[in-house]
Amino acid sequence: MISPKNIDQWTTIIKPRSGWLELKIGELFHYRDLIMLFVKRDFVAIYKQTILGPIWFIIQPIFSTLAFTLIFGNVAKIPTDSIPHALFYLSGIICWNYFSSCLIKTSDTFIANSYIFGKVYFPRLTVPISIIITNLITFLIQFILFIGVFLYYYYTQPNIHPNVGIVFLPFLIMQIALLGLGFGIIISSLTTRYRDFNYLLGFGIQLWMYGTPIVYPLTEIPDKWKLLFILNPMTAIVETFRYSFIGKGGVSALYLIISVIMTIILLIIGLLLFSRVEKNFMDTV
Amino acid sequence: MNDIAIEIENVSKEYRLGIINHGMLYKDLQSWWAKITGKEDPNSLIMSNDISKQIDKQGRFWALQDISFKIKKGDLIGIIGRNGAGKSTLLKIISKITTPTSGIIKINGRISSLLEVGTGFHPELSGRDNVYLNGAILGMKKREINNKFDEIVDFSEIGKFIDTPVKRYSSGMYVRLAFAVAAHLQPEILLLDEVLAVGDARFQKKCLGKMEEVSKNEGRTILFVSHNMSSIASLCKRGILLGNGRMVIDSSAVGAVQHYYMENSSFLGEISDFKDSEKSGDDIASILNAKIINSQGVVATEFNIHEDIIIEYEYSVTKDNHKLNPNINLYNIQGVRIIISIDSLLDPDGALKKKKGVYKARCIIPGNLLNDGSYYIDLLLHTYETNTCHFVVRDALRFTIVDPMDETKTRGDYRGEWAVLIRPALKWECEKIK
Repeated sequence: MISPKNIDQWTTIIKPRSGWLELKIGELFHYRDLIMLFVKRDFVAIYKQTILGPIWFIIQPIFSTLAFTLIFGNVAKIPTDSIPHALFYLSGIICWNYFSSCLIKTSDTFIANSYIFGKVYFPRLTVPISIIITNLITFLIQFILFIGVFLYYYYTQPNIHPNVGIVFLPFLIMQIALLGLGFGIIISSLTTRYRDFNYLLGFGIQLWMYGTPIVYPLTEIPDKWKLLFILNPMTAIVETFRYSFIGKGGVSALYLIISVIMTIILLIIGLLLFSRVEKNFMDTV
Repeated sequence: MNDIAIEIENVSKEYRLGIINHGMLYKDLQSWWAKITGKEDPNSLIMSNDISKQIDKQGRFWALQDISFKIKKGDLIGIIGRNGAGKSTLLKIISKITTPTSGIIKINGRISSLLEVGTGFHPELSGRDNVYLNGAILGMKKREINNKFDEIVDFSEIGKFIDTPVKRYSSGMYVRLAFAVAAHLQPEILLLDEVLAVGDARFQKKCLGKMEEVSKNEGRTILFVSHNMSSIASLCKRGILLGNGRMVIDSSAVGAVQHYYMENSSFLGEISDFKDSEKSGDDIASILNAKIINSQGVVATEFNIHEDIIIEYEYSVTKDNHKLNPNINLYNIQGVRIIISIDSLLDPDGALKKKKGVYKARCIIPGNLLNDGSYYIDLLLHTYETNTCHFVVRDALRFTIVDPMDETKTRGDYRGEWAVLIRPALKWECEKIK
């Protein structure tokens, strides 16, 4: 067909859809300005015409924490590894918030942007990547809130022992982002054909939260169910996050490794599906 | 290095008709129900005569079939064709929005496609932010936009409103800003789809001028898809005519435009089948037939420039007491509307209100009015009092006026070309006064 020498002469060659993975990292890099502009757009646009603006980022976890403390802590009396309730729930909530917002927003990539995608080409992956960056900013704001609460308890309670795990925090956060991205682009690729997946995700994510140690600690899980929880990559992430700051929990290195492997698998499946779907999805949307 | 900007080889694009989101059972039930209730089968709607040619035995619809051509660097090429001819599909494939089913396209140079202006504009963001966002979506780097920013703002004539959210802009400002960004793109190859159909006429002209200037001075290759034949004919050097997904002709732009009109003229001087027309009638009146005749009463499509051209059409009126105004639009081959003519008798006492029956409208275009060239005509019937349109047949009749260069009525001794829209024989009086 085409000799390699010929290929060099052309900047772009458009062929029928073929192959599974054509990741164009170079192209993504070329469009890095676009990613940052998307981030800016989303960040600015979310709270335009609201009175409280970005304060909502903080209000939401505070109220969730209060609600959880009341319902799960005081009414249902679910133990929290003897960690102060507010600290326990807030740590789980901010991790879960970051994950679920990455997942939900990226799962909508193709449908929500089909209008733009139908008019101009740019690497489609710029959109989900910009989404996880936008949500990272939200996460960091909530993280500052968490640090405040943490410091309060650190100086008032004797049994809080932050440890070396904190060093790995950036990797943990990155893992949340990649997990949300990977799973989100799987859903977004599937929804181009069957919108059912969007509805499925809507309540699926709620069930998933209750299947993750957010409102209860991993140590409370009976051994026969533990394997299921370990296969859920969010379990080890939330538990490790808590362990790093508080020094309590049931997480082990093995659990974390399994979680990382699961994340990588999901991310690869996501990228494969995404790169396959992005080329032709305009024909089916 | 070769001088080819785009090489398209045997490109085809297949769409599956309606399989994706409809289970077969559902479709069958729908068709079955339509049959019982005597309605048109909703699943066969798309199968007009024209389109069925593009469907193969397996029921696959070929939006493009075996398209091949090359575009040289610096060329300005127009792609024309009727709706559904495959123009936009081709442009979408070249701009990587979708992939071809088979075939290959090779592109040499940085490419930008402008299938629309203002893609990705966000109403909450300021004009400034949107310039950056839109520019980046179109493939510009932040640095490039920085360099061009003042020029873009100047061109858009937005001035001090650049920091206002675009949701507060008038639609004109919005379009001007969007276009200003687009006009300052600097790809080596630019794909344009009908985007010029926006904005006011003066701004359109400015954009066209800018485009022409760029392609001339900087050797930019431009691929231009449009319905506007006059802009294709005046801007482009080369024209490609697509029909039913196939390439019909690849020639000079004017040649392709001419072919486009000729090709669509299976009915030229006479027409009595109106099922493909925009609106062939309503409960008050419908068109029956139409023809162009010469002064001897013979159907003709070619006229001497001095001859009268008579447009005749018959319509049936099925309700009493409506005042009906037949009217025609006359266009030249570039798509410029030259004449609107209305049977405009006033009717103060209501005497012209028509009874049921069959009527014939006749409009005489005198000789020595139009320039030589090809023309086409829309036939219409209105009731202007209620602002109702009873029928519209676009592009119903065509004719060509030839200049035999024999007489001296308008031409005198002049032997050159008439680059004008009309060529009426006006009255001149010249006398010696001193």
